[in-house]
Amino acid sequence: MYPLTSQKTAQENNGISVVHFDCGGCNGCDIEILATLTRIEDLKKLGITRVGDPSKANALVATGPVNHRNKEVLKSIYDRMQEPKLVFAVGTCACTGGLFHNCGNTLGGIDKVIPVDVYIPGCAVRPEQIIHAVNLAIKKLTQEGKPE
Amino acid sequence: MSNTQNISTFPFGPQDVLLPEPLKFQFYVDGDKIIKVDPTIGYVHRGLERAAELNDYRRNLYLCERICGICNVIHGQTYAGLIEKMTDTEIPERAQYLRSIWGELARLQSHLLWLGLFAEAVGNPQLFLDVWRDREIVLQLNEATNGHRIHLGTTLIGGAVKDIDESLAQKYFAELDKLRTRMDTWAVTMRKDPEFLAKTVDIGLLPKKDAVHSGAVGPVIRASGIPDDMRCNGYQAYGELDFEPITYDGCDVQSRVLVRLDETYQSIELIKRALKQMPTGPIAVKSEGFPEGEIVYRTEQPRGEVFYYGKGNGTIHLERLKIRTPTMPNIPPLLTMLTGDKKQNIPAIVHSIDPCISCTERITEIKEVA
Ligand code: SF4
Repeated sequence: MYPLTSQKTAQENNGISVVHFDCGGCNGCDIEILATLTRIEDLKKLGITRVGDPSKANALVATGPVNHRNKEVLKSIYDRMQEPKLVFAVGTCACTGGLFHNCGNTLGGIDKVIPVDVYIPGCAVRPEQIIHAVNLAIKKLTQEGKPE
Repeated sequence: MSNTQNISTFPFGPQDVLLPEPLKFQFYVDGDKIIKVDPTIGYVHRGLERAAELNDYRRNLYLCERICGICNVIHGQTYAGLIEKMTDTEIPERAQYLRSIWGELARLQSHLLWLGLFAEAVGNPQLFLDVWRDREIVLQLNEATNGHRIHLGTTLIGGAVKDIDESLAQKYFAELDKLRTRMDTWAVTMRKDPEFLAKTVDIGLLPKKDAVHSGAVGPVIRASGIPDDMRCNGYQAYGELDFEPITYDGCDVQSRVLVRLDETYQSIELIKRALKQMPTGPIAVKSEGFPEGEIVYRTEQPRGEVFYYGKGNGTIHLERLKIRTPTMPNIPPLLTMLTGDKKQNIPAIVHSIDPCISCTERITEIKEVA
């Protein structure tokens, strides 16, 4: 129904199928991720598609610091994803907790809950940064067959 | 609910392609009619008000800007306004104008973002791409202003960190005119396209009376015919900008689209007018002393009234900072809109209040485990 999202699985898409989850950042990075996704032509060349269903995805872009409630959701999304899994922590607060480090209900970066492959710092990150990082990850994936 | 045999339930969220942010609804439907809705929030709660008490009050400015990336500018301005009141700082007139200009630029960005997301939610992805392509103009203006696309960061307690010089002002005029012409090409789809209208007209009704009783704010209440807008209070430079709130009487999703669409045009006009009227002079003063006393400060965010309450005790730390953002009062009206409507209209109706969850999450319940 929505061309920006594909219904196919990661293998069928033959590249990276990205699912997006916001843990609780300020949205700044989320809107930049969306802005990235609007550059459809660039993404096609790199073989990146956005999917809605975590079980069809092999990459997760997550923003924001983890809290006690969304850590369960994040974990379940990660568990449902296909192997090999790639996780991108987008934004400073997803990397380390950032500005929210001393907030009462914040556990820290998303690596407190799931393993992260690529950290993209920046508050907010720029679309070019995201594309660059995903590109690096694809190279890594094809060289090693599997992320660390 | 006496007759429960036909009622089925299904969840919407917390992770869904249509929801940029985690929010969960449990829907109870009879056939395709919505009987009841239970919203759940708490997925993005951070405990930010507590951190605001621990931080130096000057640092909180950057924390408040990061309550929400979409309306960051006005959050920063509201916090600065609150502290300026608490420390009796009078900011220069030019700074008031600069704040209004950047506040309107933020509104423009936010409304364009929403118009795009809404187009996608009603199944018109090409429109989404068009709107977002034009939104880039605003982001590039942000970048030209202070080097950042999202977090503008021009607010300072006591004024502004940057000025708009002649060449930047010319750039604003040129780019905004370009934006306006481009907007005309797709705005007509939102106003006239029968396919678009079929998904918005007479959907998600919020009659005038309900809008008042459930405490709606912002474009939601203005789309129910009530001219409620904090900017009418004339804070910053709005008193001198000859400002009239935009209202529509349809009380449906389409009216909410039209209110926001007209407000984007209005914002362009307000920015241009403010740039022309802006007096010369200094852009900041030094704010002396520590915040003291209890103050309430309200401004108009793109989504409605934002309410800041601060309590200071003359030290570097605030005793209390309470923030109520516009999505919170718009949730009860949302439940009114959804109840009795059809299942297939859920995405359009949920989007019509422009929910911003990262703004809303100010409270959480802590359960003691024995
Ligand atoms: S890194 Fe900064 S811009 Fe990005 S979500 Fe976190 S606070 Fe917002």
